[in-house]
Amino acid sequence: MTMYMAIRNPQSAVRNAAGWFFGTLTGIASLIVVTMVVIILGNIVVNGAGRISWQFLTRTPEMGMTEGGIFPAIFGTFSLVVLMTLVVVPMGVATALYMHEYAPKRSRLVKVVRLAIQNLAGVPAIVFGLFGLGFFIQFIGRGMDQGLYGGDLHYGQPAIIWAALTMALLTLPTVVVASEEALRAIPQSYREAAYAMGATRWQVIRRVVLPQAVGGILTGAILAVSRGAGEVAPVMFTGAAYFLPYLPTRLNDQFMELGYHVYVMTTQSPNVEETKPILYATVLVLLLLTFSLNFTAIMIRARIRSRLRAGR
Amino acid sequence: MVTMTLEREQKAVPAAAPAVSGPALPPPKLRTENLCVRSSQGEILKSIGLEARRGEILAIIGPAGAGKTTFLRALNRMNDLDPDLRVSGEVFLDGFPVYNADVDVALLRRKVGMVFSVPVPLPMTIFENMVFGLRLEWHAAQALAEAAEAALRAAYLWDEVKDRLHEPARNLSGGQQQRLCLARALALRPDVLLLDEPCSGLDPISTAKIEEALERLKQDLAVILVTNNVKQASRASDRTAFFLFGEMVELQATERLFTTPQDTRTADYISGRFG
Repeated sequence: MTMYMAIRNPQSAVRNAAGWFFGTLTGIASLIVVTMVVIILGNIVVNGAGRISWQFLTRTPEMGMTEGGIFPAIFGTFSLVVLMTLVVVPMGVATALYMHEYAPKRSRLVKVVRLAIQNLAGVPAIVFGLFGLGFFIQFIGRGMDQGLYGGDLHYGQPAIIWAALTMALLTLPTVVVASEEALRAIPQSYREAAYAMGATRWQVIRRVVLPQAVGGILTGAILAVSRGAGEVAPVMFTGAAYFLPYLPTRLNDQFMELGYHVYVMTTQSPNVEETKPILYATVLVLLLLTFSLNFTAIMIRARIRSRLRAGR
Repeated sequence: MVTMTLEREQKAVPAAAPAVSGPALPPPKLRTENLCVRSSQGEILKSIGLEARRGEILAIIGPAGAGKTTFLRALNRMNDLDPDLRVSGEVFLDGFPVYNADVDVALLRRKVGMVFSVPVPLPMTIFENMVFGLRLEWHAAQALAEAAEAALRAAYLWDEVKDRLHEPARNLSGGQQQRLCLARALALRPDVLLLDEPCSGLDPISTAKIEEALERLKQDLAVILVTNNVKQASRASDRTAFFLFGEMVELQATERLFTTPQDTRTADYISGRFG
């Protein structure tokens, strides 16, 4: 009895109730997340899967987007993402290399760059779109037309190159942060060992740092790509077209884009009911595209990690 | 390296070290003069002047924080990598001041090789580790293979790795890794070898192999061995310097330093009364 008194707490009941209450609350919150994802994905898969066919993936929209396929949008999204990657990866990696490998410790410039990157990551996508319109099209594009084409309209209009540059700006923080993370993960002792064997700074970067960081950089690039493939706002003013009878072949062509195509079909369709199945299927394609990119990023990361553990 | 100034430098050698190898003392490979290193925290090294010759192993002993590692890293300018450190004074390699503005630091580090206290195999194969330094310049494949083999033999590692050169260097044991790091530095045919507590994490057998290798290597190059292990200094070196709080307290032939130390602080340290 005395033993029992010693470990007995008169407030136990209250504490247990509180524990039960918060346990349940967090459980419910988690359950809501899962439910939402299941509903969203389930709805799209159930309604969209039946409409996906080879023809849907390879044909152009027809009959006011109530028939046909979405090939131009897939092609346009793909081209956009490739162009964007060509810009954002070298720029992002170079920035990360400067910040982590070249800049002196406690450099003012690095602080400013890091602050800028963080802020860039917080800017809403639509603002990037407006910036692209104002800066790339109105300022640079118009300027190019004035200077190179005697005022003829070539680049001073929405075009895939401007959309890609805008998107590159939007995804730049992702690449910079991922690359810097990758550089930080490389032990300083590797760099010192290479220096001690007479490597110059560039040789250290080229032969030790970059080969080790390539996995992390690739992960960042793919995350950027999957983000770029899904964003609509930055491209709607800068290059995406409502409907195009041709595929983009030059840098100053407009293009169709999956996300924008979804937006267009949702808001501008002449016949909402007939468009619906196509809309579902398009969204499903968009999701599959971004998911598979994310999945690739995860796979690459896992492979690189195990390779690093093996010390190759 | 330039040897024009050799004669002048030779005369300037202080007679700090009693002859170990007879009266015909070879000119010092490496010599420091009034070498000081400061950080924002204060002085790390105070006016160190010593010289290292081919044919001898110079051991540097002293408690943690004595500046041994900083001294070693000042010799091949690894301290340049830390912007917090300020080096003053002179280091001469073959009489040529290595802190001169026109010195190519990368070339200097090839001439003054270094082995760290923790073995750092680069994340590549054994062979690629061996030829990493050579690959920074152009060499024929045959020359690479030959240099790798010769250096691995010199580090007493060849027999253990000759059949697995293309395995990741990480697969080696700690002692083998350290000998790989030694061999890797030797592949560049350095004039001076700096070892920063190379055996601190190794078993006695690996340690013995490294000491054996150094004993042979000293015929061709100057070896400076920083060690926490007083016994290692006494058995493996020809001269020993005792560092304390950034100062060189004493530099003697190893036998004399361990039998009749001139300074009471040295005596206290080697008899294990502190540090």
